[in-house]
Amino acid sequence: MSSPIGNLRLKTWVVAVVVVLANVVGNSCLSWGLKQRGRALGGAPLEYVAAVFTPWVALGIALLIVWLLARMTLLSWADLSFVVPVTAVGYALAAVAGRFLLGEQVSPQRWEGVLLIAAGTALVGTTAIRTTAGGES
Amino acid sequence: MKWLFVAVIVAATTGSDTLLTRRMKRHGEIRDFRPGALGRALRAAARAWQVAAAIFLLAVSFFAFMALLSIADMSFAVPATAATLVVETLVARQILRERVGAKRWLGTALVTAGIVLIAL
Repeated sequence: MSSPIGNLRLKTWVVAVVVVLANVVGNSCLSWGLKQRGRALGGAPLEYVAAVFTPWVALGIALLIVWLLARMTLLSWADLSFVVPVTAVGYALAAVAGRFLLGEQVSPQRWEGVLLIAAGTALVGTTAIRTTAGGES
Repeated sequence: MKWLFVAVIVAATTGSDTLLTRRMKRHGEIRDFRPGALGRALRAAARAWQVAAAIFLLAVSFFAFMALLSIADMSFAVPATAATLVVETLVARQILRERVGAKRWLGTALVTAGIVLIAL
């Protein structure tokens, strides 16, 4: 087995990538699915139930459940103050995806934002993953 | 009214994450990633009231964000609620007793500034 610290970093990054991708792709599916319905959701509960059973919305919800479970897994060992800024890289990813997948215009100011987020994530990524005492297992 | 929704979103998200972190730290580090073992660990964690409360608060935050988007632009909603990052880091230090050093603060500040720039 490799060193415990190496292991911890590796599994932290793998689960963090799952958290970020599940969130970004899940939200995109939800947004796409709700827009495809062509009209806004009203106040009737049945409308919401019907929306859940459309394929894109269902996929989006499934991915958001994956997001929650992956985040719970990550928080079983990693600091909250580590997880929150590191997984916020999803904001940058959404802007990059908007440019390259959807062909949206991204202003220079938004690119600066993407760079700041990347720098901040990288910086937090170099700090200790966990700074508190352990649980029982 | 807009800021009331922002306050609800920041408070609900922070409360949700604090409860989730507390519960999962008590559970202890998940080491077995085989689907059966991972499923058992998460199912055990999900039975705790803290996780149920965290999911409820997450739903509150989600619907408050929807409500905020119905009266404000995305370019207000996203940067305003990015305050969550700073509030959560403060709570992680004060309540969860995590050690937040200068590097982590600086990184969190850069990420927050980046979110504001992207959304404005």
